[in-house]
Amino acid sequence: MGMTMTQKILAAHAGLEQVTAGQLIEADLDLVLGNDITSPVAIKEMEKFNTQSVFDKDKIALVPDHFVPNKDIKSAEHCKCVRNFARKNEITNYFEVGEMGIEHALLPEKGLTVPGDVIIGADSHTCTYGAVGAFSTGIGSTDMAAGMATGKAWFKVPSAIRFVLTGKPAEWVSGKDIILHIIGMIGVDGALYKSMEFTGDGIAELSMDDRFTIANMAIEAGAKNGIFPVDDKTKAYLEEHTKRSYKVYEADEDAEYDETYTIDLSSLKPTVAFPHLPENTKTIDQVGDIAIDQVVIGSCTNGRIDDMRIAAKVLKGRHVAQGIRCIIIPATQAVYLQAMEEGLLKIFIEAGAIVSTPTCGPCLGGYMGILAEGERCVSTTNRNFVGRMGHVNSEIYLASPAVAAASAVTGRISCPCQLD
Amino acid sequence: MKAQGTVFKYGDNVDTDVIIPARYLNSSDPAELATHCMEDIDTEFVKKVHKGDIIVANKNFGCGSSREHAPIAIKASGISCVIAETFARIFYRNAINIGLPIIECPDAAKEIKAGDEVEIDFDSGVITDKTTGKEYQGQPFPEFMQKIIKAEGLINYINEKG
Repeated sequence: MGMTMTQKILAAHAGLEQVTAGQLIEADLDLVLGNDITSPVAIKEMEKFNTQSVFDKDKIALVPDHFVPNKDIKSAEHCKCVRNFARKNEITNYFEVGEMGIEHALLPEKGLTVPGDVIIGADSHTCTYGAVGAFSTGIGSTDMAAGMATGKAWFKVPSAIRFVLTGKPAEWVSGKDIILHIIGMIGVDGALYKSMEFTGDGIAELSMDDRFTIANMAIEAGAKNGIFPVDDKTKAYLEEHTKRSYKVYEADEDAEYDETYTIDLSSLKPTVAFPHLPENTKTIDQVGDIAIDQVVIGSCTNGRIDDMRIAAKVLKGRHVAQGIRCIIIPATQAVYLQAMEEGLLKIFIEAGAIVSTPTCGPCLGGYMGILAEGERCVSTTNRNFVGRMGHVNSEIYLASPAVAAASAVTGRISCPCQLD
Repeated sequence: MKAQGTVFKYGDNVDTDVIIPARYLNSSDPAELATHCMEDIDTEFVKKVHKGDIIVANKNFGCGSSREHAPIAIKASGISCVIAETFARIFYRNAINIGLPIIECPDAAKEIKAGDEVEIDFDSGVITDKTTGKEYQGQPFPEFMQKIIKAEGLINYINEKG
């Protein structure tokens, strides 16, 4: 029986010729990731091991990004704990403030994630690296500790849902609209325990940044991972970002899928997820008149250079509506610098937006844009759960950078096509 | 091994942001996390929970963030077991890895009500609602996971394996 792309990568890392869905395996890890919230718990767990050293100092990435620059004393203590651990164990890929970025934007940019890798990260959006054809999945702190100590993790081999993407997206339709459409279609547990494997000629129309956004939100459908085939765009991206060699895996032609969905990208419209679940989607023409208080453009989902460019395209020569706060957060130092060199930051500031250093901050209600009772935010982040960005009675509407920027201009949820 | 307690009942898609909001994640101390457990969907939980009590919920319990602080907060608040129709996969792993017993059982999840007195036999997977007298058979863990649970968590399991 044929294997899916995910199953092939897992089989190779478990030293097996063949794996089938449901099988329990132990796989070798190419990278273990943690951040400033999850790593301190993992580091404490590490102390319980008989051997307290790490399996490979080059295959661990520690990225303080959630509450940095330190938002309070307790966060500073957590970051100090991670920093000291990184120093003691001579971790190659520890990224201090000044070098860091939001982990899932940073690691591919630094060339640490390549096709065929098996990657675990103590952050649920670790599934992002499926965009480059890696198997990557979120785990908790104890799994991270075990991974750092042994270089291995146990997995139940997932079955898969196949998404055949065809056609070319219309103007103002991006990776964010595609993944919101999919989550709206299958629900927040529509891919529970499974892989989401993307295929079809429509993929060639998607930029790498679109693919990162789509793979990033696989977890919002409950998936174990989301994964894209490796094509010319992937290879060009890797050529620019990494010196690591890699192996390309492809799904067998006779691979079995639990379900197959065909999606014509040209039929999709800008899509918004209403509170309080990412599956509560409406297309922009169904949204109605919704006044907002704040806009956030950034995060591991939509803080890359394509996202900054689209936001700037919408905001250029326009101004954020009176009384609206628009917070723009380039996801990494490199994205920040690029945005500066292209003049995007000037456009943002002249439009009345603020630009922050890279941080996860507002996405999880950490800091840098917390909502008061009754406030509404259009956000390019990934979750709109109750209380996620602040007060338990605040609301988050998930959207693309284009829709978020247009909404900042009008003060209501809007499509860029409605401006002027 | 058995657990017995009073049921706190929740619906679908209880996410880790409501189990333990990120505004409290500047701490990783279990006792401190427990003081805020479930507060964004149930402000009464922390006031009413007793050692041994049980959470029953519908589908996709623990969805969202990978924060292990979520099962840690539940365990530290005294909850002896979470029964749900399904669990989100990262929460499922995390619960096993830290030794918080969880059981998938769609019928029990559907029928057991808030305030019911429930007993769970972990060896057999039998869930008994003592208030209604009804019994349910929970999904047993694969042998591999039973070993992790028996070792009281993943780290001990790996240490024992050598």
